[in-house]
Amino acid sequence: MNGFLSINRFVAVLVKEFLQMRRDRMTFAMMIALPIVQLLLFGYAINSDPRHMPTLIEMNDTGPVSRAMVSALSNSTYFDIQRPIAGASAAEKAFRHGDATFVVTIPPNFERDVIRGDRPKILIEADASDPTATGGAVAALSGIVSSAIGQALPGAVADLAAGPDPFGVIVHRHYNPAGITTYNIVPGLLAIILSMTMIMVTAIAIVRERERGTLETLIATPVRPAEVMAGKILPYVLVGFVQTAVFFIVARLLFNVPFDGGLGGFIIGLNLFIVVNLALGFLFSTVARNQMQAMQMSFFFIMPSILLSGFLFPFAGMPGWAQTLGTAIPATHFIRIIRKVMLKGATLPDLWPDMVALTAIMAVVTAVALFRYRQTLD
Amino acid sequence: MTSAGPEGAGAPPVIDVRNLTKRFGDKLVVDGFDMSVPRGAIYGFLGPNGSGKTTTIRMMCGLLTPDGGTGKCLGYDIVRQASEIKARVGYMTQRFSLYEDLSIRENLDFMARMYRMPKRRQRVTLALEDLGLADRAKQLAGTLSGGWKQRLALAACMIHDPELLLLDEPTAGVDPKARRDFWREIRSLADNGVTVLVSTHYMDEAVQCDHIAYIAYGRKLIDGASREIPSIVGLSTFEISGPDLRALEEALEDAPGVEQVARFGSVLHASGTDKAQLAAAVKALDGQDGVHVSERSTGLEEAFIHLMTGASDNYAADPSRKVPS
Ligand SMILES: Nc1ncnc2c1ncn2[C@@H]1O[C@H](COP(=O)(O)OP(=O)(O)OP(=O)(O)O)[C@@H](O)[C@H]1O
Ligand SMILES: [Mg+2]
Repeated sequence: MNGFLSINRFVAVLVKEFLQMRRDRMTFAMMIALPIVQLLLFGYAINSDPRHMPTLIEMNDTGPVSRAMVSALSNSTYFDIQRPIAGASAAEKAFRHGDATFVVTIPPNFERDVIRGDRPKILIEADASDPTATGGAVAALSGIVSSAIGQALPGAVADLAAGPDPFGVIVHRHYNPAGITTYNIVPGLLAIILSMTMIMVTAIAIVRERERGTLETLIATPVRPAEVMAGKILPYVLVGFVQTAVFFIVARLLFNVPFDGGLGGFIIGLNLFIVVNLALGFLFSTVARNQMQAMQMSFFFIMPSILLSGFLFPFAGMPGWAQTLGTAIPATHFIRIIRKVMLKGATLPDLWPDMVALTAIMAVVTAVALFRYRQTLD
Repeated sequence: MTSAGPEGAGAPPVIDVRNLTKRFGDKLVVDGFDMSVPRGAIYGFLGPNGSGKTTTIRMMCGLLTPDGGTGKCLGYDIVRQASEIKARVGYMTQRFSLYEDLSIRENLDFMARMYRMPKRRQRVTLALEDLGLADRAKQLAGTLSGGWKQRLALAACMIHDPELLLLDEPTAGVDPKARRDFWREIRSLADNGVTVLVSTHYMDEAVQCDHIAYIAYGRKLIDGASREIPSIVGLSTFEISGPDLRALEEALEDAPGVEQVARFGSVLHASGTDKAQLAAAVKALDGQDGVHVSERSTGLEEAFIHLMTGASDNYAADPSRKVPS
């Protein structure tokens, strides 16, 4: 009879947590004010000059000028040319999945048109949902074109050197045509706000009981670790929803950020993300010896969430080890989800990889937290 | 070592622990502790501060894992079946450990839910009435006075009708009337088969217990039926009366062989473990103006005073110091 989890005991913990949350008005107010303050602070911020953006290339011609252009793109270090693709739909798909930041299309008969003096255009499509990621690269394009021409000149088209540029580039910005930085920062901010509050509130969950002495009463009852964990997490899932709602209202009113994608996919992702963070906080709570330590651990975790998740600096532009670390951080995946949904109009199928990653992190964190939770005072 | 409880010798003991040992760091806090508590007994747990009472109680209800020894509580193994024990035991912690930011009713409600009590609301309301707090049910527990907190904690640990009560100084700071009510309640629970292990520093409470275990420096020194305690302690006592008790008391306190002097109404009781020395000391007073000295049997009171004044804080003091035995 005591071997099974009990709804009653879960409800007991749940009700208690709700009551305590309600009585702690200050913390509650801060949790609501945080999204607003953060949005204002970060909303108008930060630029950078990232390089090595993943670039796909559609080669419809392979002459010396095309090759010169491709190598000039690589040499600029802004573009990291990964693989050739074919067709507009492939490009679109790559953008939606986040596989590419740029797709370069060399038009058919490019070499011929160059020699004829028709001045053809190379199409460069950019995923401008992250303008920081693309801005520097786009600005460098005219220099890259000149260098490609310089490289190709001694050969086939030497006589064109004197005239106007023998070919040009057109840049198409997808998703955020105006290149507004706040469009990129603002959605990511939701991930950071949720991470911060969710991890912190649960990080003190167990240590607070320990410090107040109530842990002894709690574990003297037959309550199970999973009941405690679920009961302590659930009230804050609702707080996460409230924060998200406040966030969207402010994002809409102040920054006019669009929301183009599917709500269903977003809500699943949101739930996953909130629970992952709460579980993580609970895990910290089982490790920390006092509330101060719990806070420090939260901060310790939130720093990489801000720096390595692609929130401030484009993920693709980070060195390999940082990307590996970043992949283990829940915020990384949720930032992808929310950017895809808000700016790229993505729906559930586009979000699968990120959902799977979040679920995997959640499973690991929950298992470790339940393993760490002590039913004794030792 | 222990005598059978009122329910007879046949029934298995409710608490049966052998050789329990617990260390914190390299400090041995409980050392080879044995105890057997029969059903329906009221077992008093005595010992100076820091002697290991709380630690022992925590091991019995599965809150601390012993470093050595084995034990059963209500027939369940204290290490492997802790959750079965927790479901059946009412444990009142020494320090108030209910939620100060929940109201009185909410705290009781929480506990009733935790133990999956049927008819929860009714049960909680009843407990509130018994407690005399029905009209203050909405008050936050943290705003109660110390004594009321104790009484609330006691009500909370009994809300699920446990078979065994482990009470760690339940009446500390509680006023005399409430303490009397408390002991009446304990007595009636015991009559109904509930077993009670209660730690206390109060002599008048020790007297109420059927059995006494006395622990010092983590080692059990005395364990027996209360009425046998005076003979186990090995104390001799003389009764002294006279016109100026204050002066007599002062004279006795400094006399060799007199280990304690206590006033009982209009007489003094002087006790000591070395009977010859004690006798010499009191006889020296006999024959003074109106002073009468006579030998009497050592009562429970003297025995407990002797036990309880034996040491202050066990681990603050030098552990090589002599402990009462
Ligand atoms: N968690 C702990 N870590 C380290 N030492 C501890 C811990 N708990 C108790 N102790 C030590 O164990 C010894 C026994 O403590 P315990 O609380 O069991 O004594 P007690 O008999 O209940 O005393 P009191 O009458 O003051 O309540 C003390 O010296 C105490 O300092
Ligand atoms: Mg104690």
